[in-house]
Amino acid sequence: MEKFEVVRNDSETVSVLNIRGYLDAHTAPDFEDAINRLIDENRYKIVVDLTGLQYISSAGLGVFMGFIEEIRQHSGDIKLSSASPKVYKVFDLLGFPSLYEFYEKLDDAVFKFNNDEGK
Amino acid sequence: MSESSGKQIKKRTKSFHIKLPADTANLDIIRKFVAGIAENIGFPEEEVYKIELAVDEACSNVVKHAYMTNSREEHIVNILVYEKRDHIEIIISDKGKGFDPKKIKKPELEEYMKKMKRGGLGIYLIRELMDKVSFRIKAGVRNEVRMIKYLDK
Repeated sequence: MEKFEVVRNDSETVSVLNIRGYLDAHTAPDFEDAINRLIDENRYKIVVDLTGLQYISSAGLGVFMGFIEEIRQHSGDIKLSSASPKVYKVFDLLGFPSLYEFYEKLDDAVFKFNNDEGK
Repeated sequence: MSESSGKQIKKRTKSFHIKLPADTANLDIIRKFVAGIAENIGFPEEEVYKIELAVDEACSNVVKHAYMTNSREEHIVNILVYEKRDHIEIIISDKGKGFDPKKIKKPELEEYMKKMKRGGLGIYLIRELMDKVSFRIKAGVRNEVRMIKYLDK
């Protein structure tokens, strides 16, 4: 079985979810759980680090869409970083880059959150 | 045409068929099956990825939508692949309730996000990823999605 893994790292304000492996209709519920937990803890500033993500289908994209409205209502956001070209292509086909911020480096995505603080 | 030349033409098409329970747990097996055939034809890695994704989307739709949860019929997805010299042809079929392909439009993401909708992206993606896509729907009997990708395009 192809694996999927979510590793969470919290700093003071920002939570980073490092997702790895294969994100499809079978593994999307694991990703959904991880985001739900953040929302339950009122942590709305989320960076999803795609460094280790080898594959994503629309079931995975659906998780990003399902929560974003609620997260933004709480002055939070989901920012994405470090997508490989083939993974980015899938996001691109569905028009994600006009609605979500993508960063090449994780640090830049985290920095953006911290820099927007107190504005 | 002589018999021997006829045989030579036939040799260029190989077909492969798997039949599996319609379950998301089988998606990775289905992807590997199709990827193996696409690699044999000579598709480069990023094209193999697109083919895998298109097939995944079609099969995910079968798992999610084709069969009623409590129905007694077997929940099965069929994947038939033709390996041709210059293209791959994949037919994904089920015996579920079918759908109207004409009703599938390009998703408006902003609208989706407001309604916290998640589905409906698969068919759109399949059309973007493959060169030819067609549907034959006979609810409860046989519904199929047929898709083709050419080597040089």
